[in-house]
Amino acid sequence: MTDTLIFAKKVREICIDLVFKKKAAHIGSALSIVDLLSVLYNRIMKIDPYNPKDQYRDRFLLSKGHACIALYSTLALKGFFNIKDLETYSDNGSIFTSHTNYKVPGIEFSAGSLGHILPICCGLALAAKKKSEPWRCYCIISDGELDEGSNWEALLFAPQHKLDNLIVIIDYNKIQSLGSTNEIIDLSPLKEKLRAFNWEVREINGHCHNEIELSLIKSNYNNGKPKAIIANTVKGKGISFMENKLLWHYKSPNEEEYKLSIDELHT
Amino acid sequence: MRSAFINQLVLEARNNYKIFLIVGDLGYNVIEPFREEFPDRFLNIGVAEQNMAGVASGLATEGYCVYIYSIGNFPTLRCMEQIRYDICYHNLNVKIVSVGAGFSYGPLGTSHHCTEDIGMLRTIPNIVICSPCDPIEAEFITTFSSTYNGPCYIRLGKNGEPTINKKEIISQLQLGHPIQLLKGNNIAVLVTGSILNYVNDFILSNEISASLYSFPFIKPILKQSVLKILEDHQRIIIIEEHQKSCGFSSALLEVINDLFFTHAIDQYPLIKRIGIDDTFINISGTQEYLREKAGLVLSNNDFNF
Repeated sequence: MTDTLIFAKKVREICIDLVFKKKAAHIGSALSIVDLLSVLYNRIMKIDPYNPKDQYRDRFLLSKGHACIALYSTLALKGFFNIKDLETYSDNGSIFTSHTNYKVPGIEFSAGSLGHILPICCGLALAAKKKSEPWRCYCIISDGELDEGSNWEALLFAPQHKLDNLIVIIDYNKIQSLGSTNEIIDLSPLKEKLRAFNWEVREINGHCHNEIELSLIKSNYNNGKPKAIIANTVKGKGISFMENKLLWHYKSPNEEEYKLSIDELHT
Repeated sequence: MRSAFINQLVLEARNNYKIFLIVGDLGYNVIEPFREEFPDRFLNIGVAEQNMAGVASGLATEGYCVYIYSIGNFPTLRCMEQIRYDICYHNLNVKIVSVGAGFSYGPLGTSHHCTEDIGMLRTIPNIVICSPCDPIEAEFITTFSSTYNGPCYIRLGKNGEPTINKKEIISQLQLGHPIQLLKGNNIAVLVTGSILNYVNDFILSNEISASLYSFPFIKPILKQSVLKILEDHQRIIIIEEHQKSCGFSSALLEVINDLFFTHAIDQYPLIKRIGIDDTFINISGTQEYLREKAGLVLSNNDFNF
């Protein structure tokens, strides 16, 4: 097992543990992006947990703030804060709110209301260009939030300003809050839409670490085109009975489901 | 006021390399001096206000002092949640500039009447709300905002407002304080924005003995400065080109209530409020005409209470 696979397994364990203990929601959404985060934080981005505000770090912003436990767990394992701190998740007085909170070390920007982060990433990437700084701006947005018009404003803006230092990963698990994306607001053909908007688009298996890594390494960062990576993912990935089930957008596991989940991760 | 703002911003931007101006495809015949002198720090983002607020947040996160500029409701109401969550919650150095306060763009219709903005923005933590009455206040507020590190809302009128303030007085102004323009007995008239010119003319031409105060800051309004006004005046008239609810007069009532509750004042003053009475104006007309239709006018009787 590669280091990123081991890392992803640990992140999944922490996520399951947290949602069980805190009776929290959104486990399906979190599990969907664990592999993407594992590759980004271990193989791709230039970051230093001991210098989290280093001006030349790569920026990562999570737009689907409700999947925050995956990011909090990733940051804890990378050493941005003590993993024990995360035990306060969603408790009274905790900075670990159940949508990302920028008060947490390593969280660049709070999210929770969908459709906000992509415009902000455009501003960050533009600032890097203006200041001729070499860092890149990465973000993960959900498929459901592509319903938001603000995202399409930003999708028009980024190619106009040649933001080839902006990488948007779309967590395309095809399930949104109340049903499947193709029944609610069909995004297809998503790749063609983004290409028509002048983005450099790749479509990958969002759980295959090799594909994730290659898609990011292969991208041409000097062609004036922002990058969109359509990551085909599975909501609830890694816990068989949670996979592709709308129920796990909201439900937290009971004791039996918790044990089953942990057993499955350990086999 | 629009040109006073842009000319002052050009002056500030010559020394402050962090100043960045984004416009939402508006500002023809206004923003050109900035665009020509600082093309690298100017951006026409197109007709996309949510993106404008978001991109400004990103730039401000990276150290820029970002002005976003458009008409009335567009850089404000249209992207209210971006202002609340992205700009204000993160306490970013973004200045939201709207032109066309109140009925400035009267003939353009209700879409362009900017009459609820103060109320909607005023409840959001961290934001300073500025509402200059003339070009001199607009210049002052521009300079102030460029040195203040945090979110500001700047509510501008249009062009051609007469100058009422004196430069030497305004240079002493501090955040949260009003400016006294006329000194009279007993009645104080408290005004924000360009309607002040009308009030000033009315008081002078009718030879009314009233004090006149301009409030270029609507948030914060310092309690001490209101207390000082109440020490000399027991009767107050408040005028604003905005809905009567949640706006400037509401802000003052909140301050006065708290002064009364904490016994800083012994007597609650008599307060007459002149604002738009919970209605839309759905007809065309000049600013002056629509003000009259909305009841934003004074009569000699208004001073007898």
